[in-house]
Amino acid sequence: MTLDSKIPSGPLAQKWDNHKFASKLVNPANRRKHTVIIVGTGLAGASAASSLGELGYNVLSFCIHDSPRRAHSIAAQGGINAAKNYQNDGDSIYRLFYDTIKGGDYRAREANVYRLAQSSVSIIDQCVAQGVPFAREYGGQLDNRSFGGAQVSRTFYARGQTGQQLLLGAYQSMQRQVAKGTVKQFAQREMLDLVLINGQARGIIVRNLITGAIERYVADAVCLATGGYGTVYYLSTNAVNSNVTAAWRAHKRGAFFANPCFTQIHPTCIPVSGEHQSKLTLMSESLRNDGRVWVPKNKGDKRHPNDIPESERDYYLERKYPSFGNLVPRDVASRNAKLVCDDGHGVGESGLAVYLDFKNAIDRLGHDVVAGRYGNLFEMYEKITGENPYNEPMRMYPAIHYTMGGLWVDYNLMSNVQGLHVLGEANFSDHGANRLGASALMQGLADGYFVIPYTLAHYIAGASIEKVTTDHDAFKEAEDNVQSRINKLLAVKGSKTPRQLHRELGRVMWDDVGMARNEKGLKNALAQIPKLRDEFWQNVSIPGDQNNLNKNLEYAGRVADYLEFAELLALDALTRTESCGGHFREESQTPDQEARRDDEHFTHVSAWEFKGVGTAPTLHKEPLVFEEVHPSQRSYK
Amino acid sequence: MRIHLTVWRQSGPKDAGRFITYTAEDVSPDQSFLEMLDVVNEQLIKKGEEPIAFDSDCREGICGTCGFMVSGIPHGPEPGTTVCQLHMRKFKDGDSLTLEPWRAEAFPVIKDLVVDRSAFDKIIQAGGYTSVNTGGARDANAILIGKSIADAAMDSAACIGCGACVAACKNASAALFTSAKITHLSLLPQGQVERTTRVVNMVAAMDDAGFGSCSNEGECEAVCPKGISLKNIATMNREYWKAMLAD
Repeated sequence: MTLDSKIPSGPLAQKWDNHKFASKLVNPANRRKHTVIIVGTGLAGASAASSLGELGYNVLSFCIHDSPRRAHSIAAQGGINAAKNYQNDGDSIYRLFYDTIKGGDYRAREANVYRLAQSSVSIIDQCVAQGVPFAREYGGQLDNRSFGGAQVSRTFYARGQTGQQLLLGAYQSMQRQVAKGTVKQFAQREMLDLVLINGQARGIIVRNLITGAIERYVADAVCLATGGYGTVYYLSTNAVNSNVTAAWRAHKRGAFFANPCFTQIHPTCIPVSGEHQSKLTLMSESLRNDGRVWVPKNKGDKRHPNDIPESERDYYLERKYPSFGNLVPRDVASRNAKLVCDDGHGVGESGLAVYLDFKNAIDRLGHDVVAGRYGNLFEMYEKITGENPYNEPMRMYPAIHYTMGGLWVDYNLMSNVQGLHVLGEANFSDHGANRLGASALMQGLADGYFVIPYTLAHYIAGASIEKVTTDHDAFKEAEDNVQSRINKLLAVKGSKTPRQLHRELGRVMWDDVGMARNEKGLKNALAQIPKLRDEFWQNVSIPGDQNNLNKNLEYAGRVADYLEFAELLALDALTRTESCGGHFREESQTPDQEARRDDEHFTHVSAWEFKGVGTAPTLHKEPLVFEEVHPSQRSYK
Repeated sequence: MRIHLTVWRQSGPKDAGRFITYTAEDVSPDQSFLEMLDVVNEQLIKKGEEPIAFDSDCREGICGTCGFMVSGIPHGPEPGTTVCQLHMRKFKDGDSLTLEPWRAEAFPVIKDLVVDRSAFDKIIQAGGYTSVNTGGARDANAILIGKSIADAAMDSAACIGCGACVAACKNASAALFTSAKITHLSLLPQGQVERTTRVVNMVAAMDDAGFGSCSNEGECEAVCPKGISLKNIATMNREYWKAMLAD
C-alpha cells in the first residue's frame, strides 16, 4: 500500500490557503447532525472540542481525568513559539518553518511544518482574546524570550506556567460549549477500542473508570488527541497516567504507527534519587538562557561545586558550540551530558548529573531579576532536592520528555484509517526527529484550533457515512474484545505488581533504547521485551474487581499495551541505522561524536502496520521530499 | 524512617467508610509523599489487598489532580505545596499521620481518598471564560495591558483547581476558587464585556453546586498550594455587588 500524504500542490507558502479553499464545507445548518468523538482534552483535544463545538458540530469529548483541565499539557512550563516578530529581530514565518525543519533534522514534511509556522501567529491572537495572561513589558506589549535552539526571541510565556494557562484557555472555551450543549463532556472514561464499520472509524469503546461499566459511543468521525508514549520508559517527565493505550488500540485496528523511535530526551531534569522514584521533574529549558552548564575538569571530583575554581570547570557546551553555547537544541545538550558523565565527569551521588549554574547570572542581573525569571522553578527544585539554587548550582540530567513519533497522518491529520484523525503529540507529523523547545504547545493548538476545523469538514462533507447505532455488530465485537482483555487481566492473580513490571520494562528501554542506541543493545531489548510480556501475563497481580474505581486495573492495562508497543519502538530504532535528531545510533556518528544522518537511505517516514502481537509488523515508507530546504548536516558550532 | 499511617478506606460512595492503620517502613527523605504511598500500595497489592485509592497525575504540583488531608491539613503541613510535591524530609521517624479525603457535600467521596470535583467544572461552565470563537481575534498586541495588571491577572489565574480551599473551609465554600477566575478575567480588557453576567452566574452556580458561604476566615488562603490570595474573594464580592446595583 502506498501512503498518500495528500500534500497540496503549488508553492509552499500558498499550499494551506489553496487547500482550505479546495476543501469541502459542511453547511452550518447540517453540522449539528454530525457527531464527532474527540478523545483527550489536552491542548489539541480541548482546542478541537471547543472549535468544532463553536462551529455547531455535536462533539463528544472524553478524558481519563476527573476534569478536562488536568490533561498533561498543563505541565508545560517554558512557552509557545510564534512567528510574530514583535521583537524586530529577524523572525518570520519562513524562519520558524526553517528552524523547525532543521531542528527536526530533516525528517518532517515541509508542507506540514510551514502550515504550523503560519498558524502560530493566529494562536497567540486567539489565546490573548481568551484572556491568557501572557507576560508583558512595562509598555503593555507582549514579552518574548529566546528558547532552546532559536536565535530570535519568539517565545511567548506566562511565568513558568505557559502550558497551564494555554490549557485553561482552551478548557474554558470548551466549558462554554459544554454549557451551550454543543460539547458533551465524558470525564473519567478510558478509550479501550476503536470501532470500524465499512473501513471507517465510527466509534469507540470506553471504560467508565468510576463505575467500571463498558460503554459504546458512535460518531461520524473520531479524533485522537491522547498525547505521547514517553512513559514506556517508566521514568519520564510525563504525568503518571499518560499512556499509549488509545493510540495503540487504534494501531491494532489498522492505523499505522510512524517513527516510534523518535523520542526526545530533555536535557534539564532533576536527577533520579532512588528506586522509589515515580517520575522525573523537568526544569524548564528557559533556565539555559541564563544558567551555565559545566562539569569538573577532573574525573570523579567530589568537592562541593562552590569549592571548584573556575579554572577547573569545563563549560563544555560553550567550549564545543561557541555560537549557540548553552542554547544548543535538546538532543545535542542531552547527548553531551551523557558523554561527559560516561567519561567520568558526572556529579552528584550517582555521577549521573551535570551542573547548571546561576552564579554569573545572579552577579550580572541581581538576585531579584533572576528570581523574577525563574523563582518558581528554583522553589520547585528546592522542594524536591532540598538544595537552594541561589546558593549552589542545580544538578541536572536528561530524561525522556516528548515523543515525536505517533500515529501516521496525512496533511489533513487523518490516519490511513478513514475518519480517524490524530492531533497533537499523538500524531507524528510536525517535529521530525527532534522537537524544538516551545513548539509542542504550538502544534497542539494549531491542530485543534486551526487545522482540524477545516480538514474534518472536508472529510465529513466528502465521505459516504452510513447511518448506524451502537447496536451494530462491530460495536459488540469491540466491546467483547475489551471485556475479554479485562477478564484475562483479572484472572492472572500473580505476585508482581504492574508497577514492578513497568519499572523493569523502563529499565530495558532506558538502557538499550535510550539516549544512545546500538545494534547489540536494541537486539537485547527485542529479546527482553517479549519475555517481560510473557511474565506480565503469567504473574501480574490486580486485587479487586472491575466494577468500581480500580486504578491498579487501569494501570495494568496500560502496562500491558506498553509491553507490546515497546517492541515496535525498539524495532523501529534497529531498522533506522542512521542517527537523526533524538534518535542516536552509535554506529552512525561523525568523528566529533555528532549525529550523522543517512539521507540516501532514510529520508522517509517509517510507518508500521500491525500484524499481531509477537508477529513482525510490516514497514511502509513515505518518502520525504524537500523542495524548499536543502538538508544539510546540522551544525550548532 | 518509619511512618505510621491512619488512612480513610471507603470502598465506594455507599460504603460508610472507616480508618485503617498501616506502617510505611524504610521511608527515604528524598521520597515524595505520594511515592511513600506508592510503596505502601505495592505491599498491599502483593498481599492481594486493594491498594489505597488516591488521585495524582503530573506529580509536579500543577495539574491539581492530587490532594487529601494529611493530619487535618489539605496537602499536608508544608505551605504552598501540593501533596505530590511534599517530601518526606519534612517528617521525622516515628511520625503518625492521618489521611482523609476532602470533606464537602459538593465533593462526594468516590473511593478512599478520591472525591468527585466535577462541581468545579460546572462553576466554570457558568461563565469562567471570554465568549470568543476561534478565528476572529485581532492582533495580540492591539490591546496594551500594563505589566502590573497582567501580573495580577496571572496571580489569580495560577489556581490549579485542586479543591484544597473547599476542604479547609468549615463551610466548604468554593469562594476562593470561584473568585480567582472572576478576578483573573475582570482584570483584563478581554474580560470586560461579560464582567457583570460572569460574576452573577458563577456565584449562582457555586451556590447551586452545594458549596457553602464564605465567612472570611481565610483557611482557604492558608492552605492554597498556589498562594491564591484572599483578596480575590474581596474582589468577587465587590464585583458581585456592583453587578447587582447595575442591574
